[in-house]
Amino acid sequence: MIASPARLDMPAALRDAGLAALVAAFLAFPLLGFQLDASARGLALNVRLVWVLYAAAAVFAGRLFFTLALHSFGPAVSAAFVRQNFSSRFTPQSTRYVAGIVMIGFALALPFAGFADRNLIDKATLILIYVMLGWGLNIVVGLAGLLDLGYVAFYAVGAYSYALLSSYFGLSFWICLPLAGLFAAAFGIALGFPVLRLRGDYLAIVTLGFGEIVREIIINWQEVTGGPNGLSGIARPSFFGLEMLPVARDGGVTFADFFNIAYSPDQRIIFLYYLILALALFTNFFTLRMRRLPIGRAWEALREDEIACRSLGLNPTMIKLSAFAIGASFAGFAGSFFAARQNFISPESFTFIESAIILAIVVLGGMGSQIGIVLAAVLLVGLPEWFRDMAEFRMVAFGAAMVLIMVWRPQGLLAHRDPTIRLGDPGKVPT
Amino acid sequence: MAYFLQQLINGVTLGATYGLIAIGYTMVYGIIGMINFAHGDIYMIGAFISLVGFMLLATFGITSVPLAFFLVLVFAMFFTGVYGWTVERVAYRPLRHAPRLAPLISAIGVSIVLQNFVQLSQGARVKPLQPMIRGAYEVYNDGSFQVTISYLQIMIIVLTLALMLAFTLMIRFTSLGRAQRAAAQDMTMAALLGVNVDRTISATFVIGAMLAAVAGLMVTLYYGVIDFYIGFIVGIKAFTAAVLGGIGSLPGAMLGGMLIGLIEAFWSGYFSIEYKDVAAFSILVFVLIFRPTGLLGRPEIEKV
Repeated sequence: MIASPARLDMPAALRDAGLAALVAAFLAFPLLGFQLDASARGLALNVRLVWVLYAAAAVFAGRLFFTLALHSFGPAVSAAFVRQNFSSRFTPQSTRYVAGIVMIGFALALPFAGFADRNLIDKATLILIYVMLGWGLNIVVGLAGLLDLGYVAFYAVGAYSYALLSSYFGLSFWICLPLAGLFAAAFGIALGFPVLRLRGDYLAIVTLGFGEIVREIIINWQEVTGGPNGLSGIARPSFFGLEMLPVARDGGVTFADFFNIAYSPDQRIIFLYYLILALALFTNFFTLRMRRLPIGRAWEALREDEIACRSLGLNPTMIKLSAFAIGASFAGFAGSFFAARQNFISPESFTFIESAIILAIVVLGGMGSQIGIVLAAVLLVGLPEWFRDMAEFRMVAFGAAMVLIMVWRPQGLLAHRDPTIRLGDPGKVPT
Repeated sequence: MAYFLQQLINGVTLGATYGLIAIGYTMVYGIIGMINFAHGDIYMIGAFISLVGFMLLATFGITSVPLAFFLVLVFAMFFTGVYGWTVERVAYRPLRHAPRLAPLISAIGVSIVLQNFVQLSQGARVKPLQPMIRGAYEVYNDGSFQVTISYLQIMIIVLTLALMLAFTLMIRFTSLGRAQRAAAQDMTMAALLGVNVDRTISATFVIGAMLAAVAGLMVTLYYGVIDFYIGFIVGIKAFTAAVLGGIGSLPGAMLGGMLIGLIEAFWSGYFSIEYKDVAAFSILVFVLIFRPTGLLGRPEIEKV
């Protein structure tokens, strides 16, 4: 970007802001200026045209400020931007390593940090669920380059497998966890077989449809899934057979009794936190190792050029299917953890917006970047959690942030699209 | 037979609205190759603006139904068009040369913003509207079952056909239509030959939003209730319709819309109303497996 030395053209800036304000007034007029008031007596119309004025004024000020700020700080910001861009592209492997280890260390120490209370650990657990889902989806979207808009379906399959197996057959969490992963992978394969031949956008819409189908079946198959009311009283996971309960169930031993410490509900929260941390790290480790295997390299190669892959004798269907199944199984694990943590699940938790959030985490993080996903999950899931009091504005801000971050950095926060393995020096054509 | 005929009429009515929305998807996809995920919410915005328009006219004391309908049509098309323009300008234009997923994420963001904006400004409650256009023709009567087509259904079908005709003519004969077809073929080449591509794309979004507003207006009248969430599922179905017909193809969008509407009507008429969305999506999956480019889409040539 070239820093323009030209002086600020104030009339033009004002005109520009005025136009933006005019558009804002047009946008605000029908929907902010009037409010449809539905009550038992029917529909009434509240007039509050002054809001249109507020909206226009806010946009005028914002636009003018933006222009001025861009003019005075623009060159400096874009210079820093270029520098940062370069540095992130050429971050040496060792720096990434250190960053990863520092983050894991922080995550491990978090429950014992002085400032950590129940609430914080609970939120950290939630963020970790999304980190794990993001890492799982990253295999499908980031590595294999398949756009999956129905990832939440596999999450739902995992959650419901655990909930149903545990309440109908009394199976423990630790038996159900791999089963849930298997079920989710089976669903992934069942969906993948017919649709993986499709091109990107068709695949996206079919996966989206699949997500909705799974949710509709859960809602309508009331005898088994409890329908919209969901399933409650799902058993909590135990620690090697030791239960995290104040009083042991018949024949069981509680965690507190075994270690001879006083029972506190915090123990369960911390235990769940470490459980999801372990699951998430397993996902990460698995992905990093997979990327070095032939199958992992095939994923990345397929993402870059499918035709070249086919001419080299790779079987795209099998490769895509493996990515789909593995990504789905991680969603299944995360789903069964979610069911065990919440104690209650309902179709409400598996709407399209969840898929969108997970996909946004992957794309915002910079597709394929494991650390970027952590940052994006903290940003997209953690920050809104802190603003829960302003629940209604929260979602508007969330959506706006998605747009703004994409406009600001279309390639994601930490772009990482280097192949894991390459021949020779980057940039040099092998002779 | 009579029951079949009634479901056919209902399905065509429903399909007409899906077709109108599907045009918005297919045009945008044809030109810039992105799924405009927020289009369903633009339709929802159109429905709300129409309802505000009706309430406004009621306060001004305009009671003549044809006049009110016409005024609201213009009102809703204009303001929804502004929404379509703004969305493109703010969220998609800066991403024109970005990686393929970026505009999609941005579109999902816009969809979230629009839904929650309407929820905030208009409240989460469903908004009912008194039926304005009553009465129906009796088409057929076999003694036990009466097949009717309401005036409103006739109006929806006629208006949809008229709009689609006008729209097809516009694409074929006006300079804007030529510019759109040129940009859909090759954006760079079109720009080199003097087509203002940015303006063409803006116009495409505005037209798509206007057609969605008409659909929103008609659905408001037809069902009589709207809420801020109606855009999502209708948007997905309209997109399904566009893909079913062959995305990028205008007659395909109309055909796909009709098919989805018919499938939905027959499924809920003969099987179960709960799984009607499942039916629509399953058909989509089957069509894509056996005809991946949709019914009227041209097969894509793979290039290295």
